[in-house]
Amino acid sequence: MRKSLFPVPTVVAALFVIWYAMSVVLNAPWAYDRAKRAGVELSFSELVADTWAQDKPKLPAPHQVAVELWNTTVEKKITSKRSLVFHSGVTLSSTLLGFVLGTVLGIGLAVGIVYNRVMDMSVMPWVIASQTIPILAIAPMIIVVLNAVGISGLLPKAIISMYLSFFPVVVGMVKGLRSPDMMQLDQMRTWNATGGQQFWKLRLPSSMPYLFASLKIAMAASLVGAIVGELPTGAVAGLGARLLAGSYYGQTIQIWSALIMAAALAAGLVALIGVVQRVTLKRMGMA
Amino acid sequence: MTETVISAKDLSLTFQTNDGPVHALKDVNLDIQKGDFVSFIGPSGCGKTTFLRVMADLEQPTAGTITVNGVSPEQARKSRAYGYVFQHAGLYPWRTIGGNVRLPLEIMGYDKADQDTRVKRVLDLVELSGFEKKFPWQLSGGMQQRASIARALAFDADILLMDEPFGALDEIVRDHLNEQLLKLWDRTNKTIGFVTHSIPEAVYLSTKIVVMSPRPGRITDVIESTLPKERPLDIRDTPEFLEIAHRVREGLRAGHAYDD
Repeated sequence: MRKSLFPVPTVVAALFVIWYAMSVVLNAPWAYDRAKRAGVELSFSELVADTWAQDKPKLPAPHQVAVELWNTTVEKKITSKRSLVFHSGVTLSSTLLGFVLGTVLGIGLAVGIVYNRVMDMSVMPWVIASQTIPILAIAPMIIVVLNAVGISGLLPKAIISMYLSFFPVVVGMVKGLRSPDMMQLDQMRTWNATGGQQFWKLRLPSSMPYLFASLKIAMAASLVGAIVGELPTGAVAGLGARLLAGSYYGQTIQIWSALIMAAALAAGLVALIGVVQRVTLKRMGMA
Repeated sequence: MTETVISAKDLSLTFQTNDGPVHALKDVNLDIQKGDFVSFIGPSGCGKTTFLRVMADLEQPTAGTITVNGVSPEQARKSRAYGYVFQHAGLYPWRTIGGNVRLPLEIMGYDKADQDTRVKRVLDLVELSGFEKKFPWQLSGGMQQRASIARALAFDADILLMDEPFGALDEIVRDHLNEQLLKLWDRTNKTIGFVTHSIPEAVYLSTKIVVMSPRPGRITDVIESTLPKERPLDIRDTPEFLEIAHRVREGLRAGHAYDD
């Protein structure tokens, strides 16, 4: 642990240095432009100060994003439409619902593929094909089609999340459920175990490490799905809506704070699965 | 009075492969009596493991007949007539030693109290009492293999089939386990089928040694051991022991086991 304490802050510090430097470089033309029109000459320190404090910078400086994050999370009431916590909550709810749906669908398909020869031969190519279609192309279709049959709100967005998150679960669980070797399966046969016993006592526990690896990817994919799903709905609410609204009005600071929020959300969710994984595998004696 | 437990008549098994048919077993005839300790010895590819797997209904013969306890291997398997010990212990890493031994009992539907007494009894039998709550990775290879033998003994099967159970262990551990296995066989009075490719191991353990040879897999000699039932490890230095070992070697030579 002690060794990892040094490199992490070093890398983070380096990233901040690069970030601040880049915001000077990228925002300088606008600062010069304004100075020229006002007929003043900018010193270097004035230039730096200006590039780090513009209203609509090309690249906002880290502290601007931090201030925006603070103002839109701590300073605003959660119920406010301008609260990032509110928007995160909207995105989180469809992420989680989509993640649960995707996990259930993924495990279901994997069980089918492992136990049913017809599904084994036919399903996997479709699963892979489904992921080659850009989600941005299919998301509006899902919203429109579901809206036409009277389903709107949370579910269509969750389904887009599911569409992205079931894939890693299928792939991981097929591999996991097939991880018992011939000997272990023969052994079950010598005990005259039923198919159900073979599944619950051997295949499912064997697949646990694979499942958790898949769930982490699925959770991240689910969040991406939820954000994409918010775009075609007219950007009403959610982190996706903040991103879209920010880009309409050139609110780069708002875009960046939404991005950081999304990243933090993803990191938090994946870390949560990591904790569940550690506890589960430890209780199973496998960690 | 003897009772035939396993009986094979003109048993053949041919695997179809891309390189043509492989005769794993060809016209094998053998009777195993109740309480016998039968070793199957021969070079790789002689069909000794295949023969054991046919008894266990893990492979299907292509010709001939075989009965286990007077019925087909499939019926015997379904009535849980045998315990099978594989070359690798194959304990489930997520179950404790006790949990692993309990596994076949859970599958076979023994009630909880019965499970507890049986787990305790067989762990005693293989001298692993006190390790019930340990996980497999906390045990040495030899102890793991003993746990897997306990698992095969936990339910009431009269037959114990063992496929090179000590093949992956070093010789010191192996000697110790052989000694324990003999004691266990003496106490439980089970019929044991034991696959090995070690001549001393086969001679030391068996009442009957079946020498097999490859291409096609067949029996070249069946040797009834004249050694007493009580066998300390140093019996292996007696002329009687060496005599039997010599005959096994002759049998292997006759089957061209030492060619090429």
